[in-house]
Amino acid sequence: MSAASPATRPPAQPGRSIWAVIRPSRALLNIILVASAVFWLVPTIGLAIISLRPESLFQQSGWWTALAAPSQLTLSNYKTLFGQGLVTGGVLDSLVTSLEITVPATLLVTIISSLTAYSLVFGRWRGRSAVFLVIVGLLVVPIQVALIPVVQEYRAFGSLTGFNPFGTIPGVVIFHVAFGLPFGIFLMYNFYSGIPKEMLEAGRIDGAGEWQLFRRVALPLGLPAAASLMIFQFIWVWNDLLVALIFLGSNPHITLTIFLFDQTRTLAANYWIISTGAMISIFIPLIVFFSFQRYFVRGVLAGAVK
Amino acid sequence: MSAANIETGPRVSGPKAARVSGAGNPGGGWRDHLGSLAFLAPGAIFLLAITVYPLVATARNSFYDATATNYVGLGNYKEIFSTSSILVTFRNNVIWVLVFPFLVTFIGLVYGVLSERIRWSTAFKTIIFMPIVFSATASALVWRTIFDLDPHIGIVNAAIQTASDWVNPPGLYPVDVSSGKTVAGLAATGVSAGPQDSLESSSTVTAGNSIELGLIGVSPATLQLTGSQTAVAPTQSPGAVTGLVWRDFSTSNPTERGQVLPDELGFAGLKLTLLRSDGSSAGTAVTDAHGDFSFGGVSSGDYKVQIDSSNFSSGFTGIFWLGTQSLTPTSSLNQTAQALLSVPLVDISMIIAYLWIWAGFAMVVIGAGLASLDREVLEAARMDGAGEWQTFRRMTMPMLAPVLIVVIVTMLINVLKIFDIILNMAPGSSQGDANTLALAMYNFGFTGGLGNWGLASALAVILFILVIPAIVLNLRRIRG
Repeated sequence: MSAASPATRPPAQPGRSIWAVIRPSRALLNIILVASAVFWLVPTIGLAIISLRPESLFQQSGWWTALAAPSQLTLSNYKTLFGQGLVTGGVLDSLVTSLEITVPATLLVTIISSLTAYSLVFGRWRGRSAVFLVIVGLLVVPIQVALIPVVQEYRAFGSLTGFNPFGTIPGVVIFHVAFGLPFGIFLMYNFYSGIPKEMLEAGRIDGAGEWQLFRRVALPLGLPAAASLMIFQFIWVWNDLLVALIFLGSNPHITLTIFLFDQTRTLAANYWIISTGAMISIFIPLIVFFSFQRYFVRGVLAGAVK
Repeated sequence: MSAANIETGPRVSGPKAARVSGAGNPGGGWRDHLGSLAFLAPGAIFLLAITVYPLVATARNSFYDATATNYVGLGNYKEIFSTSSILVTFRNNVIWVLVFPFLVTFIGLVYGVLSERIRWSTAFKTIIFMPIVFSATASALVWRTIFDLDPHIGIVNAAIQTASDWVNPPGLYPVDVSSGKTVAGLAATGVSAGPQDSLESSSTVTAGNSIELGLIGVSPATLQLTGSQTAVAPTQSPGAVTGLVWRDFSTSNPTERGQVLPDELGFAGLKLTLLRSDGSSAGTAVTDAHGDFSFGGVSSGDYKVQIDSSNFSSGFTGIFWLGTQSLTPTSSLNQTAQALLSVPLVDISMIIAYLWIWAGFAMVVIGAGLASLDREVLEAARMDGAGEWQTFRRMTMPMLAPVLIVVIVTMLINVLKIFDIILNMAPGSSQGDANTLALAMYNFGFTGGLGNWGLASALAVILFILVIPAIVLNLRRIRG
């Protein structure tokens, strides 16, 4: 809003300014945005309440009735699920499997992206710009184009070495790392490009090796970008369904997203498991989101190409 | 990259931030070359083995049969473009691509601009942005409940039902006509079907006489809810038409019809109309707890007693938001045309769910773009007398255009590959109609036994061809 009050303004000329004529009040603006915020919160609140109500109430009355009758709420669903312990294919076991995939995939992407970006920005070999362009080209390649050949490669690797990564956690991690790299390299490349080359040249003149320069200069300076990358990659891998669904094969240990997907197949019977499992599955991303919001936003902004 | 967070609005550090430096500067010892090249190795191995080579292999597989052993030429592509259940995936991808990127960018723009003007903008942006960290799987499950057919489960149908019941309240004895039941099916003794889902007495009655109307097919639970009690035979009264409506079913004597037995219940609260022989109304009455009614002050003549249709109105029973009902009129077209031109309702429901996930992304990126605009230029425009709207349209929008394009293109690529939300949100009955390229690729490649790898590869190649313009766009932006 401009500072001038309507009283001191000349009468609105036709086509001059809609706001000058309508002057939407601040109250109206707030009402619209409050309504939007409520609309956006409803699904999450609904999910939370469904997970906190006994299954017997699910078919009888809507979750919103609990707003008037908070006595409906109970932790029994969570107690039941956690009470199962680490039973294979259960929610806790799936949580562990999700972590076993997400943590190494995130760390590997961050480290390898940093190394590659360092080489592309500070290396002195020819063809760096061409390689970077290829990586930019790979940014939007759909993972669907790689699924079948990678299954074939895993098989071939298995018959060669005796270890077939298909159906194993490393098999899933490898795929996630490869498809996380283009974005990771892109993000770290942009960041490293902002570091003055002189900082490294000074080290080189002093006789520091590339590894030392990477560890002592690039890595510490690149921490903010690496943090964004890690958070972004963590949430990306944590929320993946397709890659895990394919590359875990018939592995009895499944990720949380597969756990939820399997439960949907018997939706009518198990809604208490689905809602409680979904709450558990969004719990960790929510913690990451609220703890590292600014890094996450940065990653998202840089990732506005993926 | 500047310190960025939601509240201050970070600067867009898009591809423009990067400029490819010139060819590697020569010089440096061989150790340096080897050292920094070694750094490239792990990334190069992953990308070559898991991304670049598979791209080529998929192109090759797309010309081979289901087991990727025999060459079939363009066979897989021919099959894709001649099978209507696969052509449906193109229709859905087109719907997603045409609707979603623009809608999400518009919402992001509106929220981005409006939230700049409120004090609680950080809270607002956090609320809108939060769903982006949820998996599409979890979000799909949440929205599946929201759109549930049963108004006791789905909040959308519950809201519509509340509004609908207010305008058109349901009767005490609802008969769900849409599920194939009929009001006429309730008639048992002395009752026959009347006009428009009402019932009326089969015989006529005159003042001073009574009539008994037996119904069947209503559960004792429903009668208990309405407070119905044991049926009591009507007493005659001069100048009045009296009668009874009762549940003509005795558990002790299940085959008996037409007699009021002690273990049979009356219908409480039924709305009745006394009809003259010309069909006009001579009065109304409501049955008491025992099912008895009385029309007083009735003049001579023959009358029929009508049980109003409002008693049986089931009111709003829910819209199947996740169903395949088409929003476009295609019922007169042939099957292929229908497959290509109908817009199933489930698509719209899923687009709403996906907007919920991604609007925050659009808002934050556009918000960052707004924050990085040159305030002085905007101020100068205002000083020159441009109004708020004019400044926005003539100055802000053009300056913001590159950011809007980034958001649109990002969302376009995103929905081209859309997969999880369809797999988890569309129920089995409508999944075929909601199918997309990426989901079809998964289904052909990895479900149903060995799968058809040739066909799945051809679908993946088509998907790749569709993102090539985005690749070109990205490369152009990088080269500046």
